[in-house]
Amino acid sequence: MRLVVDLNRCQGYAQCAFLAPEAFTMHGDEALMYDPQPDDAQREHVLRAAQACPVKAITVEGTDGALIAERAGASRVG
Amino acid sequence: MPPVSVDGSLEKLRREGHIVIVGASLAGLRAAETLRDEGFTGTLTLVGDEPHDPYDRPPLSKQVLLGRVPADHTGLPRRRALDARWRLGVAATGLDLAAKRVHLADGDSLEYDRLLITTGVRARPWPHELEADLDGVFVLRTSDDAAQLHRRLNAGPSRVLVIGAGFTGSEIASACRERGLDVTVVERGSAPLVGALGGVVGEVAAKLQREHGVDLRCGVMVTGLEGDSAGRLRCAHLSDGSTVEVEVAVVGLGATRNTEWLASSGLGAGPRGIACDAGCRAFDVRGIVTDDVFVAGDVARSPHPLFGYQFLSLEHWGNAIAQAEVAAHNMVSSSTERRPHVWTPSFWSAQFGVNIKSVGVPPMADEIIVTQGSLDERCFTAAYGYQGRIIAAVTFDQAKWLEFYQRQIEQAAPFPPEFTTVDRRPEGMRPVPADFPDPSLPSHGPTVTLSGHSPSDRRISFTPLHA
Ligand code: SF4
Repeated sequence: MRLVVDLNRCQGYAQCAFLAPEAFTMHGDEALMYDPQPDDAQREHVLRAAQACPVKAITVEGTDGALIAERAGASRVG
Repeated sequence: MPPVSVDGSLEKLRREGHIVIVGASLAGLRAAETLRDEGFTGTLTLVGDEPHDPYDRPPLSKQVLLGRVPADHTGLPRRRALDARWRLGVAATGLDLAAKRVHLADGDSLEYDRLLITTGVRARPWPHELEADLDGVFVLRTSDDAAQLHRRLNAGPSRVLVIGAGFTGSEIASACRERGLDVTVVERGSAPLVGALGGVVGEVAAKLQREHGVDLRCGVMVTGLEGDSAGRLRCAHLSDGSTVEVEVAVVGLGATRNTEWLASSGLGAGPRGIACDAGCRAFDVRGIVTDDVFVAGDVARSPHPLFGYQFLSLEHWGNAIAQAEVAAHNMVSSSTERRPHVWTPSFWSAQFGVNIKSVGVPPMADEIIVTQGSLDERCFTAAYGYQGRIIAAVTFDQAKWLEFYQRQIEQAAPFPPEFTTVDRRPEGMRPVPADFPDPSLPSHGPTVTLSGHSPSDRRISFTPLHA
């Protein structure tokens, strides 16, 4: 699964690091370091972390309805 | 309500037009998603010179170099299904404005009804070509760059040289130190980050680097890179006459805008980027705005009302997204429904365990005041002033205050700030010169480049940077 954190928004509250420590860790007091492609086994935890983020900084692929990640390669032309 | 246009051509475009996006990175991807969100159901083609799915770059100099995330694991999540045609691994080589055609490196060409250019920037290479080709000399911009550099760092080089202490260079130095590698950083300015944040904050960044064991040399240039008989980097010669033995050198001299392919197109594109209006429509060389070519992301230069309508080029992650969304909206909207791109510049950097964030345009400032915390503790908030108003703020490990300052900037609040701060220390009592280097002197790239003239003040003119 792919995810991205808007670090302009992130205020280092660390809720995500608490709820999904495999994917989100704090680096120093305030900087968030995350795994942009955590294992699918982490999905539950990651989704909970994304929901808990007080500034909604975490975007996880496939959370809006039924989107199954379509990879660029699959539909590549030419 | 669907937009109304007199002749119905806008509806036709939205229904069955062809939109081509050249540049398949962050801005290109988010623009494509926005086009579909806006109801565009025509053909959508994304062209990218790299063979990869759109990926995120900020982790490359942090998580990837630290070995926590593989270089090919930073693919950007999709916000929605795109139903797009992808032309990846093929660069655009030319643009025919009259024929509305983009020419591709493989000889193919694409006709468009609307074109969005999001070709971004690339790392400026070491200017001396033979030296740049030495085994051990790297730049860091793409995921391939990151993969190669990471592999080399894994081999445990005796010393890494970082040329240029801008944000990328400083982050690379930080990752190397965290991995226990010896690092020399050579910066021709007076301090790291000085072009982006000024001398007062630059001094803090310098102390931070030295505390973490970086051999930092400021006010010095690398004059030459020398290889051994097998073509492997052996040492670097510096302008102060000294020599540093290194096995790896990373060139962090800023970025070059990818506009060469537009050279004879008639579009207003050059080394500073592509000029566009606040609605992201590109200017042609005559200074007339086009109606079917749009620009977004690092390659764009657009006038910002908050900063005297000066043309800002922002190599900022958040700007790429915000501008892409505005451009995409405007591409499929009638003129009265178009929106201006008025994003307040913001960026972040994590280095040596400190979270650095900024809002506004610090290089415009003449003065700086520490409003909270303390420079010595590497935990502070500083506000930047320009002609009596707040125009930027920076925090070291105090991100929570930034939003407040963003509002101050957007309201053109007075500088020095009139509010009493929560935690004011002696050093914060008085504004001091922000101490930015003369912008006409070359340096590693500040993340904000200003150019053009503000109507209210003709003094400010920032020249483009050259290696
Ligand atoms: S929960 Fe949100 S704000 Fe807090 S560290 Fe995680 S991403 Fe940042």
